[in-house]
Amino acid sequence: MSRLPVQKTYKLFIGGAFPRSESGRTLVAEGANVARASRKDLRDAVRIARQAGVSWAKATAYNRGQVLYRVAEMMEARRSELAALAPRKNEVDRAIDRVVWYAGWADKIAQIVGGANPVAGPYFNFTVPEPTGVTGILAPEPPLLGLVSRLAPVIVGGNTAVVIASEAHPLVAIELAECLATADVPPGVVNILTGLRKELAPVLASHMDVSALDLTGGDGDVAELERLAAENVKRVVRGRADGQSPYDIAAFLELKTVWHPIGM
Amino acid sequence: MATAWDYAPAPEARDIVRIQERYGLFIGGKFVEPFSGERYTTIDPAREAPLSEVAQANKADVDRAVKAARGAFEGTWSKLRPSERAKYLFRIARLLQERSREFAVLESLNGGKPIRESRDVDVPLAAAHFFYYAGWADKLEYAFPNRRPRPIGVAGQIIPWNFPLLMLAWKIAPALAAGNTVILKPAETTPLSALLFCDVLRQAELPPGVVNIVTGDGRTGAEIVAHPGVDKIAFTGSTEVGKAIQRTLAGTGKRLTLELGGKAANIVFDDAPLDQAVEGIINGIYFNQGHVCCAGSRLFVQESIYEATIAKLKRRMRTLRVGDPLDKNTDVGAINSKQQLEKIASLVQSGVDEGAEIYQPPCKLPERGYWFVPTVFTNVAQSYRIAQEEIFGPVLSVLTFRTPDEAIEKANNTPYGLSAGVWTEKGSRILAMAQRLRAGVIWANTYNRFDPASPFGGYKESGFGREGGRHGLEAYVALDDA
Amino acid sequence: MDAVALEERADVLSKRSIKRESKLFALDLAIRMMDLTTLEGADTPGKVTALSSKGIRPDPTDPSVPSVAAICIYPNLVPYAIERTRGTDVKVAAVATAFPSGQSPLEIKLDEARWVVEAGAHEVDMVIDRGAFLSGRYAQVYDEIVRVKEICGDRAHLKVIIETGELGTYDNVRRASLLAIAGGADFIKTSTGKAATNATLPVALCMLEVIRDVHEETGRVVGMKVAGGIRQSKQAVQFLVQVHETLGLAWLTPDRYRIGASTLLNDVLMQIRKERTGRYQSPDYFTVD
Repeated sequence: MSRLPVQKTYKLFIGGAFPRSESGRTLVAEGANVARASRKDLRDAVRIARQAGVSWAKATAYNRGQVLYRVAEMMEARRSELAALAPRKNEVDRAIDRVVWYAGWADKIAQIVGGANPVAGPYFNFTVPEPTGVTGILAPEPPLLGLVSRLAPVIVGGNTAVVIASEAHPLVAIELAECLATADVPPGVVNILTGLRKELAPVLASHMDVSALDLTGGDGDVAELERLAAENVKRVVRGRADGQSPYDIAAFLELKTVWHPIGM
Repeated sequence: MATAWDYAPAPEARDIVRIQERYGLFIGGKFVEPFSGERYTTIDPAREAPLSEVAQANKADVDRAVKAARGAFEGTWSKLRPSERAKYLFRIARLLQERSREFAVLESLNGGKPIRESRDVDVPLAAAHFFYYAGWADKLEYAFPNRRPRPIGVAGQIIPWNFPLLMLAWKIAPALAAGNTVILKPAETTPLSALLFCDVLRQAELPPGVVNIVTGDGRTGAEIVAHPGVDKIAFTGSTEVGKAIQRTLAGTGKRLTLELGGKAANIVFDDAPLDQAVEGIINGIYFNQGHVCCAGSRLFVQESIYEATIAKLKRRMRTLRVGDPLDKNTDVGAINSKQQLEKIASLVQSGVDEGAEIYQPPCKLPERGYWFVPTVFTNVAQSYRIAQEEIFGPVLSVLTFRTPDEAIEKANNTPYGLSAGVWTEKGSRILAMAQRLRAGVIWANTYNRFDPASPFGGYKESGFGREGGRHGLEAYVALDDA
Repeated sequence: MDAVALEERADVLSKRSIKRESKLFALDLAIRMMDLTTLEGADTPGKVTALSSKGIRPDPTDPSVPSVAAICIYPNLVPYAIERTRGTDVKVAAVATAFPSGQSPLEIKLDEARWVVEAGAHEVDMVIDRGAFLSGRYAQVYDEIVRVKEICGDRAHLKVIIETGELGTYDNVRRASLLAIAGGADFIKTSTGKAATNATLPVALCMLEVIRDVHEETGRVVGMKVAGGIRQSKQAVQFLVQVHETLGLAWLTPDRYRIGASTLLNDVLMQIRKERTGRYQSPDYFTVD
């Protein structure tokens, strides 16, 4: 007798937990019922991401690097599950390696983008990068590598993220969420919503507590989303769906410059 | 005896500046008549006296300037060896130094700021900016490791009236260093130093069209923003206009940097070096009549030293000399425009109406011109308009706090995030405060310092992008893979 | 104290522009506030007598030029200065307490102070024991000031020299100023003129702020004396601008502010004549005493 497998219910990932949409709605994607996040789910995710950002931004860079590396470990452990949902050649391996690559940046980026500035006067002046805050991400394709490529640079710099997963291929995003949940990523640092982009993206883009917006995964709606983003002067980024670069980390960092007199 | 100690007027001679009766638009290396045929009068706000007639550029004028800039970009500037670009910028820096007194006087005449500030701050810093970015022009590949930087193209730059020449330098120097060409619009009320700068460009023999100066009001700015031939917009000004620009550019792929408003907290702890803190408070809010986006307009004083601080502050305010901007002893000059004066007066009235306690030192103001007495409000609640809105005038709101956490919470409780000040002699506290204040520039035991090597710019609704330092180049380069 | 901010404030004040009437007033005031000083090993009765004459009548060709405030000299020479200035408003100030180092046994220092007061000095310029101060023995520094003040009593004014050039930081300048005031100083004074660094504008500003704070808190009036290295009228005016801005007109009087100097006097005289005649002057026309 063959055994009947236990099927997974694909839910949202908010605040480290896997809730259903508060709306109770689902949609069918990749043959599964997937939670269809509502505006309220998104609102909750942003609120939680903002709270989580307080301690994530304060965490040592070394610690953030360790957490990211742990994410890679968890992805490696679920390699086959991820591969089943991200069938492109090498996509999973590349995604894992990319996370490792970014993990190593955690305690180096500040030295690359910051530094001491030689001002003309008796002042010590230095510039340090700091996280921008809650970052909204429209995950691009391919569903795993695209998501990882945009998410990793955001969180390694100390930001928290609210991700709208690929509408066509949302399952691997939830699979990744399960890696994150077991990888010491503090609850709320990454929040992943599945659902309809046209329903969620404008809410994310116009949310006054979202500080930055990654529209790499945007398509025809980018102009409108950028317009909405202007209301609180969001930093809008359109990067590469498949790229890795410290410039991508820097895109989500604010630069703070501190002056202090030098005197006895 | 009192009168014997009044500082005699020590006015800077104004005949060093020759202002033309009327100006055209500086396009393609020469002054041209505006297609619009329109001009408006620019004045000396300290005397309400007309200084010159300047052009109001319209869509066709902007188009002409953009074409000139595009032609110069493709024809000469982007093809020039970077080391040659550098030498043009060095020339400009030197010329500004040589003609510094002329620029200082003109800046004070047209803007109302004290000559002491235009002489010691605006003009030297403007020259320093060109000097700084000149050196970057042929070293860009070292600024962006593993990337090949190239210029973006034509940069449209729109600047405010509070530091006309300095903001021009902040904009033009990095743009040119990176190989872009420029169309710059000075503020409506303060076009003259930018127009005099055109003569510096002539002396520097800068190729025609590399820098184009178009004057006009907000309509001209909107034409620049909307023009499809402009590849990048750099704007310094109000948050409201900044948002409108960001909306206009949505979906165009044009690059944008914004340096917008602020409502900075200046936080004084009970162990602060109090007399120096008071100087910092004064410099923070009365420097340039408070027409400073990073002005320390919200003063947070720890309750245990509240009385002493306010007493010292008021005493110090009584020594401020308000009056003729061209007088070398003047500390606070004229308000830049009638419109701004009215805005300040209305916000101050709101402070009085809402119940704050107002103090203004005894002060004799000239009869003509736009003036506002340095003002401090005590008993201010966080909810009052004077504690929330950017006044952009010599008006300070004082609030109190009990613990560092409270100071941080209140200081960060604003949509802005441009700058902040901290005064304490405890090193670890300085660093903790600097870390937790959400602002792009933190002045610890000092205030309102600027330097070309020091990145400047805001968090949150104070804008994005940095001006100054290596970071200031980023706004003007596209980064290709190496 | 924040050194950079203090120095910058002093620098801004030094750029105030004083012209015409105010300048003449300031120059006149600078003479009236001057402690005309000679503190050399080579000083003799003749030198001190001549200097006293100069102090009484700085410009014999111009009777409108006032006398200086005081003649400042070593203890031994007090009787000669007293003799020459008798019947004039010019005071005699004597340095004491093992000037300039202060490195003598306490009893000897007190004896010296007692000696000058009994010799008729109107003012005693004592030095604090910087060795004690810098090794943290503040009570000892304070106690010495109190003892000298007791000796001065009603007979002589006490100026306390804190020798700022040896104190290392503005925080120490402030602390020493407060100690001196607490110990009973009528004036606090920057320098002996014998250290490598003398009165600087920021140091003087720092001390004026102490005087102002004490006055605001207690109502007590303490005077200020700058000394050492002030040779040009322009410097003197810069110091006076500080006083005007920090303490106001009430301190612009010889009762509350002094300038210790020697060659400054002739420069001021030259400036006054220049202001009056419009011609730049030559030192050949001013007596060297």
